[in-house]
Amino acid sequence: MSRALAIIVAGAALFLGATWFVQDRYYQLMFTLVPIWATVGVAWNIFSGYSGLMSFGHAAFFGIGAYTVALLLVKLGLSPWFGIVIAGFAGALAGVVIGFPTFKLRGHYFALAMLAYPLALLYVFEWLGFQEVALPMNRETPAAFMQFSDQRIYVLLAVVLLVVALAINVAVARSRFGLSLLAIKQNELAAMGAGINPRRWKLKAIALSAALTAIAGGLYAVVLLIVTPPAVFGMLASAQAMIVTLFGGIATVAGPVIGALILVPLGETLHAELGSRIPGIQGVVFGAAIMIVVLLAPEGILPWIQARRARRRGADAEEALALDAATFVRASGAAPDSGAPILLAVNSVAVRFGGLQALHNVSFEVRKGEILGIIGPNGAGKTTLFNALNGFIVPSPGSVKLDGRELVGEPPFAICRAGIGRTFQVVRAFARLSLLDNVVVGAFSAEHTDGAAYARAREAIARVGLAGLESQLASSLTTVELRLMEIARALAAGPRLLLLDETLAGLGASETEHVLKVVEAIRREGVTVVIIEHTMHAMVRLADRLLVLDHGEVCAVGDPATVTSNPAVIEAYLGKKWAARAAA
Amino acid sequence: MSPAVAIIVENTLQSLYTGLVLGCVYGLMCVGLALIFSVMRVINFAQGEFLMLGMYAALFVFTQLGISALLGPYVGPIVAAVLGGAIVFGVGIVVYEGLLRWITGLQVAGTEGEGHYPQLTLTLGLSLLLSNGGLIVFGSNPETMRTPMSSNAWELGPLFGSDITLFLNQARSVASVVALVVAAAVALFIARTRLGKMLRAAADNPEAATYMGIHVGRAYRLAFGIGAAVTAIAGGLVATYYPFQPYIGIEFVIVMYAGVVLGGMGSVSGAFWGGLTIGLIQQLSTLVLPNQLQNAAIFVAFLLIVLLRPQGLFGRSVERV
Repeated sequence: MSRALAIIVAGAALFLGATWFVQDRYYQLMFTLVPIWATVGVAWNIFSGYSGLMSFGHAAFFGIGAYTVALLLVKLGLSPWFGIVIAGFAGALAGVVIGFPTFKLRGHYFALAMLAYPLALLYVFEWLGFQEVALPMNRETPAAFMQFSDQRIYVLLAVVLLVVALAINVAVARSRFGLSLLAIKQNELAAMGAGINPRRWKLKAIALSAALTAIAGGLYAVVLLIVTPPAVFGMLASAQAMIVTLFGGIATVAGPVIGALILVPLGETLHAELGSRIPGIQGVVFGAAIMIVVLLAPEGILPWIQARRARRRGADAEEALALDAATFVRASGAAPDSGAPILLAVNSVAVRFGGLQALHNVSFEVRKGEILGIIGPNGAGKTTLFNALNGFIVPSPGSVKLDGRELVGEPPFAICRAGIGRTFQVVRAFARLSLLDNVVVGAFSAEHTDGAAYARAREAIARVGLAGLESQLASSLTTVELRLMEIARALAAGPRLLLLDETLAGLGASETEHVLKVVEAIRREGVTVVIIEHTMHAMVRLADRLLVLDHGEVCAVGDPATVTSNPAVIEAYLGKKWAARAAA
Repeated sequence: MSPAVAIIVENTLQSLYTGLVLGCVYGLMCVGLALIFSVMRVINFAQGEFLMLGMYAALFVFTQLGISALLGPYVGPIVAAVLGGAIVFGVGIVVYEGLLRWITGLQVAGTEGEGHYPQLTLTLGLSLLLSNGGLIVFGSNPETMRTPMSSNAWELGPLFGSDITLFLNQARSVASVVALVVAAAVALFIARTRLGKMLRAAADNPEAATYMGIHVGRAYRLAFGIGAAVTAIAGGLVATYYPFQPYIGIEFVIVMYAGVVLGGMGSVSGAFWGGLTIGLIQQLSTLVLPNQLQNAAIFVAFLLIVLLRPQGLFGRSVERV
């Protein structure tokens, strides 16, 4: 058993132990509600915390679970023991049905659309005549219908549910599931470029999250014995899930539990003690508590405590990347002969942004094992070309064939899996993940098991010379380390063709040498490379052939010496005057 | 015209009229929310509570400050609604200075999620605080700003030579005209005045606006205050024909979100038309759907709009790779 699971089980045992001494029925109910709301928070967190898509609508799933259990019992006499399981499936189904269209939306739009589902359901259930569904008591075989005179059994059930939810959360956090979601959250484009299919993971996450929420809702119905639309579909149910999580700490396993442990008893006690004299005091204190936490610890209580403890310990001495400054030697004979087979065939690719023709009739071929350099002035369409090659942009017309397979129209993650990896001009790191986690995201598309993916990621990190820095957060890496990290991430997916976008930009001389060596080594291992670069002198040394792009058209292709003496190229780069001087 | 057809025509015209007048007031609430969103990029969860505060502020001004006695039952409510808006403007400024200032603007630009989590959480907390605080202060009994206008109607008809007669509720009709005037004033303020230009510049690009010497924090404060006040005025107008209690915000906040999204998030004038459309959808849905599903119809329309036309409403360009 892992350490996290041991802590969870120990905490649950402690909580149950405390419950044992509670005699008052009201407090027993409170002890039941804490794990139920914590479960909803954990479920919400599995989806929203990891994917970054704020769901204001988890009440939809909570309510569906509650009504599934209640109506199955009332209408069909089905025991909640089965009802809760069915509620889980109903919730998962609702998650997929809701998620499928709604994932088209992003940011604020997604959040607001989610808000509408439970509220629409609220009115529909009222209209259907389910304003108040009471669960009938079963006197002959109460236990078979999840009815217990000792309320502490409900606490036990709720805690078991919470433990299951937490165990799922731990498993998700450490697997490709959670890492893929975090990668999508931090940078959806980079994630797609690294072979992750965002929609698939989001759907899985919302189905899982909705199922857990619905089961919690079902248990809530059993415990309270009465279900009303405002109680289970209302805004407060959705808000509660968000609040306990945001209060405790978003995207942390323990956050929702801490939030529920503090806020639920606080609210309930205030309501019980002062509710008759000061109605609404619960909401006031709740609201104030949330606002204070947001202002003092915007990430929630748990991350705030962790940050404070980390600060006290003092930052570990940072290891600096010792770049091998040995001079770069061009490996002779590494360049393939011109008879090597064609890996990538680009045919009359055109891209238009409104009135701007960004690429026009671009055709070229990349031979297996070569390094093709793409140069051209700013705005020539170099990055646009890469975007067209890896699927961020669909060219029209145009054809991009990798080993004869047409790629135009395929989504970026599919193109990544087909064998084209890329890096970005502006480094797209997942800032809050470690170097290893950043790279392993790329490895997931190539490996089926997480263990193999991590092994592959470590190997890719070693190949770019960053071994030893695996546990550093991406946000603490230097520019050259980030660029190497991107190369490693692309390599981890096992590409046949690697697209490098201005990998050398802004690097110092020794850093440039290191990266050049890495690129050369990658080619020697059999990966074909297309690299965009501004600086001629690095390109002339690295590339076997150069392709010059100007105003979205191919201006020249050939070996570096020929291309750099081409008057049209000199003109494009330096202007007419220089072209004339070169000719003289 | 046969009696059956006459009834259908009458009901349709009546719903159309009611949808239009309610829609104008909805439009005004949406303008307030859209102003805050367009300038600050913050979804204010507590906007419904500003509406609620506007209602109580208008009621207070109307009954306690003697506006009722001074200006009578016709002009009085309108003035009370506008003065209520002024009070909530102050509330908005205080909320901005005390709370939102710390989690909006340039300091959160570029952070994870552009600071949206704290903003959402904070305004959600504020919404809980204000609605429940309202319960403590104002009590849970429904209130109205009752005037003779609330229960009287102008009769229009008989029309088309038959027995089609429309009843135009006076309070609602007057409220819609006032809402139109206030919305037009806000639009003029943003388009024509120096302060309006400052708001637009801060909305467009806070960083660039800062370099141009615009105090972005001041622009945000102003936008938040005016946004709260405009919605509060709409609340004061609603109060003349609709009973209210401290939890009423949630009823209208969805109307506001739907209208703002429909109008294209970030467009203040679009928000007005969005709100108007929501009013029409809500009222016309009663022709074919049972009354209880009025609000469900709004949600369904809202969902259909965001799901089917997100690009048309987005208006944001593609991220540079």
